[in-house]
Amino acid sequence: MTARLAFDRVACLRGDRLLFEGLSFALGAGDAALLTGPNGAGKSSLMRLAAGLLVPSAGKIDLHGRIAHAGEAPALDMRLPLARALGFWAGIDGSEEGAVRGALERMGIANLAEVPVHMLSTGQRKRATLARILASRAEIWLLDEPGNGLDTASLGRLTEAMAVHRAGGGIVLLATHQPLDLPDALPIVLGKTTP
Amino acid sequence: MKGWLAIVLRDVRTAYRGGGALLPLVFFLLVATLFPFAVGPDGTLLAKVGGGALWMAALLAALLPIDRLIAPDAEQGVLDQFAVRGFSDEAIAAAKILAHWLGFGPPLLLAALPAAALLRLDGATLLRLELGLAIGTPALAALGVMTSALILGLRGAGALAGLLMLPLAVPLLIFGAGALGPDGMGALKLLGAAALLLTALAPFAAGAALRAARE
Repeated sequence: MTARLAFDRVACLRGDRLLFEGLSFALGAGDAALLTGPNGAGKSSLMRLAAGLLVPSAGKIDLHGRIAHAGEAPALDMRLPLARALGFWAGIDGSEEGAVRGALERMGIANLAEVPVHMLSTGQRKRATLARILASRAEIWLLDEPGNGLDTASLGRLTEAMAVHRAGGGIVLLATHQPLDLPDALPIVLGKTTP
Repeated sequence: MKGWLAIVLRDVRTAYRGGGALLPLVFFLLVATLFPFAVGPDGTLLAKVGGGALWMAALLAALLPIDRLIAPDAEQGVLDQFAVRGFSDEAIAAAKILAHWLGFGPPLLLAALPAAALLRLDGATLLRLELGLAIGTPALAALGVMTSALILGLRGAGALAGLLMLPLAVPLLIFGAGALGPDGMGALKLLGAAALLLTALAPFAAGAALRAARE
């Protein structure tokens, strides 16, 4: 089964505020979308819609494949050493042996494997979140501001990870304010109509 | 199912590692220690009211960890990650209830032994107390998780938690304390019925609250 993520005239209502409506796009294996827009335009809400955490007010979301969602919080046990915190999710995702190790190495934080998560810096936690995504076997990556707090070398690692994932038939939906290299990405601009 | 068990195991580990499982226990024993000071060293009187006092202590001890049952996971985005992986909110609530009971029920049953000695309960009463607590603590854990889910996202909701949970726990207290007497078998059955009802309903109530909190 190939991965697929499609929005069909989706509207998002938060409280009594309409964030967007009539949003349609379709992503297939190897595709990517770059989500931009001012703060509060609904980027994170769109991510949560795609992840199934919110229900669209109108329209349909068609989804084939497993999802990995990287939001604001790392969702890692603060007291545990990083490798074990990641290992919990890898266990639930049924990732193969060594997936965590590989993910840590790819994000350049293998030396932090035994460090408790609460001791990590902001950027290191962001990289740990990305390692969680890498270690999952999900086809669809939903990355909400993954580049925040990352240094240049780490941004390079992120770009490379996304490229490898797409080459393997994965989908990337990326929301960012930073210029990240995502070739041939479908641009989705939110909040154009709001003043 | 394997993933669900992993979630239960994680929560049990968190409870024992963080020392969270110890707090209700210490509280329970503290009440059992303080009670004779307040009532006086009259052995007969203590034996008469001690069982009821221990039920009160168990109820209040169940209230203590409520703010740490679900809120940290919600803030950390862990609950979102469970939802993304296709776990239903009810399944997560049920896992939390089982894990909370494992971190709270057995230690409490153990602590009831020295507590009963402090209050001069006789062997037969102690047996009925242990039996009642074994039946009642799953319901207390279920109520705790449900309350914890209901107050999710509210600031300073500790007092509200008590107001929400304690009235629902009244049947447990009545039948639990009622079962302590020599002719307590009827009350014990009613305790079982009340505990079963609360434990069975709580995952659905808590699941709905978790879903509402995500919106």
